[in-house]
Amino acid sequence: MALLGRTANGLFWMFRYIERAENMARLVDAGTRISMTNLAAETDEWESILVASGVADIYREKYGEIDEAKVIDFMIRDQDNPSSIRSSIDTARMNGRMVRTALTREVWEAVNDSYMTIKAALVSPVTSRSLPRILDLVKTRCAYIRGTFFGTMLRNEIFDFCRLGAYLERADNTARILDVKYWLLLPEHSSVGSALDNFQWVSILRSVSAHRSYAWEYDANYNGPDIIDFLMLNKRMPRSLGHCYNMMREAMSYLDQDVETRNPCVQRITQIHDRLSNVTVRQVLDNGLHEFLESFIIENNNVAGEIAKHYRFYPDLLPANQSETQSQTQQQTTDAGSMQTQSG
Amino acid sequence: MPTFDEMLLSENSVRPPYERFHTWFGEQDVQELSAKASEAEAFFRRTGITFNVYGQQEAAERLIPFDMVPRIIAKSEWDRLAEGIEQRVAALNLFLHDIYHDQEVVKAGILPERLLKNNEAFLPQMVGFTPPGNVYTHIIGTDIVRTGEDQFYVLEDNARTPSGVSYMIENRETMMQMFPELFAQNRVRPVETYPQHLRRSLEAVAPPACNGKPRVAVLTPGIFNSAYFEHSFLADQMGVELIEGSDVAEIDGRIQMRTTEGYVPIDVIYRRIDDAFLDPRAFNPESMLGIPGIMDAYKRGAVTIANAPGTGISDDKAIYSYMPEIVEFFTGKPALLENVPTWRCAEEDSLKYVLDNLADLVVKEVHGSGGYGMLVGPTSTKAEREEFAAKLRNDPQNYIAQPTLALSTVPILADGALSPRHVDLRPFVLVSDKVQIIPGGLTRVALKEGSLVVNSSQGGGTKDTWVLKD
Repeated sequence: MALLGRTANGLFWMFRYIERAENMARLVDAGTRISMTNLAAETDEWESILVASGVADIYREKYGEIDEAKVIDFMIRDQDNPSSIRSSIDTARMNGRMVRTALTREVWEAVNDSYMTIKAALVSPVTSRSLPRILDLVKTRCAYIRGTFFGTMLRNEIFDFCRLGAYLERADNTARILDVKYWLLLPEHSSVGSALDNFQWVSILRSVSAHRSYAWEYDANYNGPDIIDFLMLNKRMPRSLGHCYNMMREAMSYLDQDVETRNPCVQRITQIHDRLSNVTVRQVLDNGLHEFLESFIIENNNVAGEIAKHYRFYPDLLPANQSETQSQTQQQTTDAGSMQTQSG
Repeated sequence: MPTFDEMLLSENSVRPPYERFHTWFGEQDVQELSAKASEAEAFFRRTGITFNVYGQQEAAERLIPFDMVPRIIAKSEWDRLAEGIEQRVAALNLFLHDIYHDQEVVKAGILPERLLKNNEAFLPQMVGFTPPGNVYTHIIGTDIVRTGEDQFYVLEDNARTPSGVSYMIENRETMMQMFPELFAQNRVRPVETYPQHLRRSLEAVAPPACNGKPRVAVLTPGIFNSAYFEHSFLADQMGVELIEGSDVAEIDGRIQMRTTEGYVPIDVIYRRIDDAFLDPRAFNPESMLGIPGIMDAYKRGAVTIANAPGTGISDDKAIYSYMPEIVEFFTGKPALLENVPTWRCAEEDSLKYVLDNLADLVVKEVHGSGGYGMLVGPTSTKAEREEFAAKLRNDPQNYIAQPTLALSTVPILADGALSPRHVDLRPFVLVSDKVQIIPGGLTRVALKEGSLVVNSSQGGGTKDTWVLKD
C-alpha cells in the first residue's frame, strides 16, 4: 500500500509530539525533584532544563531572569514555546486531524480526548501543589494514546512511520534529559561521585520511571556511570538511546522490505545503532558525555531529515515534468541546541 | 397562516408517521432523555465531529447541536418528493450541458442571456466540453422546505458542493446507539450505505485515461476548512485517499499523488474546493489550494472532476427563479416540485414591490450561501431594512426576494418537553449512470424559538431524518 507522503509526515510528527509532551513532563519532574533537595540555593536546575531542551533563548527573551514558577509555566503551558506540553499536544492533535483517515477510531479519539482534557487542565496557571497531578495526567494520557496505538493499529507502514517518529523523538529527549546533568553545576565542596552528584543522577532516573528497573539491572548500586549506561546504552531499558535505535531499525526493516534501491535511512540508522552497541560507557565518559550527547542529537536530527526526504514527506521543489511549483521550505538545519520542530 | 407541525396536528392528534415515536416518548423519563442528549454531545466532541467557524481564533471548532427527536417522513410523502427531486436533478444536468453547448434554453427564450454573460459562475473553460458520462452534478443536496401537508418547495439546488452528509450518517449512528428500541419499533430506511454508493458512483464516471479499477480521491482545502471533518469522514468511509493540492502534481499528463513509494495516478477527484481555487493556471492564480494543470488534464480525459467545474451556475439564485420553466423545457413535463415564489430585483416592477414590502420578505444575494448577507424581513430592525434598501437600489441585479415562508416545525427536546421549531430538509442525490436518492437527508432545525434561520453557521442544529419503509 502506498501512503501519501504528507500522511507519512503527519503520522511521524504526530507521534514525535506525543512523545515530546510526555518527556517535557518528565523533564519538569526531574527539575522539581532536584530543586526540592534545596542543596543548591541557586536555580541551576531550571536553567539547565531550559538549556537542555533548547528553549533557553526564547525563555530569556520573554522573561529575562530564571524563576522557577515562570520556567515551569513556560515548559508546560506557554504556547510561545513550541515544545511546551500544551504546544506539543496541540501540534500532535493537529497532525492527528490531518491524518485521521490513517488512524483507527480508538487512536484518534484517544488523541482528541487527551487534547481536550489536557487543554482544560492547563487553562489556568499550575501551582506547585497541582503540578504533580498535571504531570501525571500528561503521562497517563500519553500512555493511553500509546495503548490504543499498539492495541488497535494494523501492522503496516502507517504503524512503522508512527514508531519511527516516537522512537526518534524519545532518543532525542532521553539524550536531552541526560544532558541536563551536564549543565548542573555541583557546589564547590561537592564533586563527581559525591552524595549530591549521585542524588542528582537518581532524580533523573526517577523522572524516567526507571528507578526500580535500574535496581534490578545494576544490583541497586546507584552511581553516575551505571546510570548513564542504563539510560543510554542498555537495550532493555525502553527509553534508552540503544533501545530506541533497536526499534527504529526494526521499523525500518519492515518499511524497506521488497525495495531494491539503496535506502540511505537504513544505512544511517544502522550506523548509529551499531555505534551505540559497540561503545562502552567508559569510552563515552573519557571523550566527554556532553560532547557525545550533542553529536548524537545532531545525527538523530539528520536521520529525521533523511526519512523526510526519502519518503517524500514534502513536495519536490522541482517535480518531474513541471517547471513551476509552490516553493516550500522543507529542510530545517538544526544544531544540537534547539529542538527540531515541524515545518510547513 | 398557521404553522404546520409535522408531529402534532393539534394537542391530541398525532400525524401517522410519528404515532409510534410519540407513544414511545410518552413512556420515557424525560430527565433520562436529557442526560442521553448530553451524552451524545460528549460523544460528538470526543470523536471530533465538529465544523470550523471562520473568524474565531480559539475554540474555532464548534459542534453542530444534535436534537434527539427524529424528523419522520412517511413512505408516500417520500416517494412523491423523490420523484420530484429525480426530475429536477435530471433537468439540471441537461440544463448544464445545454448552457455549455448550444444554449437552446436561451434561444427558446426561457432564460435571459444576461444571466449567463458576466456571471462569474459560468466558466468559459467548460464551453464545448462534455464531462465523462455527461454528468455535471455527481452530488447534489437539494434544500426542501415544507409549509403544509402537501406543500413542498425547493429552496436551493446546491449543485456545487453540498455539505452535511456526514451529519446525516453520524446522526443516524448516534440515534441507533442511544435508542436501539426505536429502530425495532419503526421500519426506517438505511442511510449509512451512502459512502459505498458515493464511491461506486464516482468510479462509474472514470475518465478515458483510467485503466483498471478507478482510483478515487477526495480533495480538501485542509484542516482549517469549515467542513474538514466531513472531507476526512467521507474519504475514510469510502476507503480512498484524502488529498490536498500540495499532494499532487501533473506528471506524464496524469494527475498523480505523491506517496512514500513514488507517484500514483488518480482517476476521479471528488473535490471539496471551489472552482476559483481549483487550478491556479486556469482560474485564480493566487490559489495555493488547487492543482496546477488539472483543468487541462480534465479536458484531455486524464482525470474526472466531481462535481464538474462550472456547475455552480445553477446555484445562482436568479437562475433558480427560472427553474420551473427550465425543468419543463428539458423534461417535457411540468415540474413536480415547486419553487419558492421569487422576485428578481433586476426587474423594475419586482424591485419596487420588494422595496415596498421589505418587512415581509426574505432578501438574498444571488451568489450568496450559508445564510450570510441576507435580510429576514419580519425579524429585522428598521435600520437594517434601510441599510438593505440602499444596497438593493445600488445593485438590484445582485438580489432576489422571497416571501417569508411559514416553514413547518418538528418538535425538539427543550427544557424537558417537546417544543416546536422550524426545519428544512436536505436530501442527498448521487448522479452517475443512474440517479440515486438517499432516503433521508439532513434535517436542519432552528433551535431558537420562532427563528427561521436553520444554517449551522447561524446556530442551527440537526436531527436524524427517518424515511419509513411502510
